Amino acid sequence: MGDADIIPIGTRGRPGRGTGGRRPSSASRGLAGGTPRPPVDPPADPPAGDDDARTDTAAETAGTSAVDRPAGGGRAATTTRDRGPLAGVPIGDWLAAFQHAAAELFGEESEQQLARFLAFLRRRVTGDYVVDDFGFDAEMTERFFIAALRPIAQKWFRVEVRGIENIPATGGALVVSNHSGTVPVDGLMTMVAIHDHAGRSLRPLGADLVFRLPVVSTIARRAGTTLACSEDAERLLREGELVGVWPEGFKGIGKPFSERYKLQRFGRGGFVAAAVRTGVPIVPLSVVGAEEIYPLVGNLPSLARLLGMPYVPITPTFPLLGPLGLVPLPSKWMMEFGEPIRTDEYDAGAADDPMLVFNVTDQVRETIQQTLYTLLMDRGGAFG
Amino acid sequence: MGRVVLVTGVSRDLGRRFARTIAADPAVDRVIGVDVVPPRGDIGDVSFARADIRTPVIAKVIAKEDVDTVVHMSVIASPGPSGGRNAMKELNVIGTMQLLAACQKAESVQHVVVKSTTSVYGASSRDPAMFTEAVEPRVARGGYAKDAQEVESYVRGFARRRPDVRVLMLRAANVIGPSVESPMTSYLRLPVVPTVLGFDPRLQFLLDEDLLAVMRHGALSDVAGTFNVAGDGVLTLAQAIRRMQRPTVPLPPAALTGLGRLVQRVRVAELSPELVAFLTYGRGVDTTRSRVELGFTPTHTSAEAFEVFAAGLHRTFAAPDRLLAAIESRVAPVATTLAAPVRPVPVAPPRPTVVPEGGQHG
Repeated sequence: MGDADIIPIGTRGRPGRGTGGRRPSSASRGLAGGTPRPPVDPPADPPAGDDDARTDTAAETAGTSAVDRPAGGGRAATTTRDRGPLAGVPIGDWLAAFQHAAAELFGEESEQQLARFLAFLRRRVTGDYVVDDFGFDAEMTERFFIAALRPIAQKWFRVEVRGIENIPATGGALVVSNHSGTVPVDGLMTMVAIHDHAGRSLRPLGADLVFRLPVVSTIARRAGTTLACSEDAERLLREGELVGVWPEGFKGIGKPFSERYKLQRFGRGGFVAAAVRTGVPIVPLSVVGAEEIYPLVGNLPSLARLLGMPYVPITPTFPLLGPLGLVPLPSKWMMEFGEPIRTDEYDAGAADDPMLVFNVTDQVRETIQQTLYTLLMDRGGAFG
Repeated sequence: MGRVVLVTGVSRDLGRRFARTIAADPAVDRVIGVDVVPPRGDIGDVSFARADIRTPVIAKVIAKEDVDTVVHMSVIASPGPSGGRNAMKELNVIGTMQLLAACQKAESVQHVVVKSTTSVYGASSRDPAMFTEAVEPRVARGGYAKDAQEVESYVRGFARRRPDVRVLMLRAANVIGPSVESPMTSYLRLPVVPTVLGFDPRLQFLLDEDLLAVMRHGALSDVAGTFNVAGDGVLTLAQAIRRMQRPTVPLPPAALTGLGRLVQRVRVAELSPELVAFLTYGRGVDTTRSRVELGFTPTHTSAEAFEVFAAGLHRTFAAPDRLLAAIESRVAPVATTLAAPVRPVPVAPPRPTVVPEGGQHG
């Protein structure tokens, strides 16, 4: 492969109509003369057939290609490798152009920045990066996902963060949040808020649907998400990670707009059991604003069943406006991290005591619900 | 009086190499290799007994040679030259049954070591990130995982019936190495690697030398139980393929299964539905127990094991890296020797406009 001959179509701009054949018709040969066109100096066409020449500088390229030009009639056999749309411009020119553009854009620091970026790019291309056991790619998350989400958090939703000091600086902790907004944007915004304000990476726990979807599953794993099961939660907490959990699940995220800010049942309290077993504090988080981004006014249960999804939402803009309906409404967001609830004073068997687990679950739920009401009072208008 | 070890499946590369490794150990007196066909390579001090473990003949071999340690390495992952899926199932399941029946009868047998696989855990979107030995594997629908699960259940039954025998099961992650032939390695050796569109599974590897070492360690130690064995850390498939510098084709799962049937027909590789599921969701196993209780740590991490495997492969898709390296070599010296604050940007000599040519669009 790779050396397949390309039969040139056309006449290379010589007179005559051209049959696509290797040799022009005798009439056109008569017009053009039998000898190959002498190389114009500097050469008129890109160096063909010489791979090394492409990496050389422009000046050298000129020399090589002139020498390489076959002396026989017709044109040199061109291989598919050399025929990309960019093959005509030697790499030296590209580099110069990039450097020039970078210098124009970034000024003095440009070259170091460019070098850093190239090193990053090269690490990605050669697979020379590290993911942890859960598939979390810290570099990618920080440089790419968080960086892309930050403007949305700051400019679009104007996220206001309170009580960030309740997140421990080190060690495991379980952030428990309300869930809303049809699409789990609140999880993404929480990741950004915790990364930017507390300087830690949140490791969210996601439903198995997340890991069944193509693309979503890959991004979710890269960004640090793992399956919401007690094994993974406890493993992460034991490793001293900050774990995020949304116990309402699809009940919370897919509830109608009329029930906004009413907390749903908090699962089966599995998150409390995980926290008690590992002895980490539970940090309740109340998020106000996510309810208004995609107000869920209707649902298509039969289509949802068909697609195997928990619900298919109808919002005032979706599917009415098509893709435009996917733009979230710019509600004003507030996040408040509440006082941590300690679990280290319970003994190890406490996790198997359903009464205790239910009590702690209720305590967390009540805290979040009360904070939601306070935040709603403080916020005023939803889009203010 | 040293050990007398019986090793099954010595006609295959790993079985043969293991038999040789353990024969060289001073604690071992004699090693008997058993298989239907004689091994192709050098088996050193190992005496070969031609016996089919699917028949009661194996009981006679064990009784006659006074075997005290049985190492079962004959659970195969792919039909390969042994025939179709039925032959593979027969060898795996019936072979294990007969072998264990023979062991149960033989008073001399004191240790049984079985090489199992982490495939028993399956691969799905509902799996924890890391499987511990305590996780009960989901019932597999078919293929190698199903065989391995059945083999494991027979081994557990044997352990119940002969409590005096030490039974050790080692669930090995994907064994990889320059000479290893398995569905996974033949998949990774494809010149263009098909992947599942939109998924990037986590993989764990175990270098073949580490497998031999842990089998040897397991055969001669006195630990019983079931242990996961895998190199440290995980590697995602995309990462692995980029390290090999091979091109990929992302395909929808259904197309990949179809392609699997095609490549299987031409015997290039085998993409069973089970492997496709693995390439979709991946799998990770926790090796804490094998480290602490079994006392074995692989010498190579997953990434290092993969590096050993990839070293022998031709890099067919190095162009992106070469291009970046070329750019870097131009930029890097500039960035490091950025002494002068104002530095003229090098501009290549102006090039003449390219004369339009008829052949350019070909």
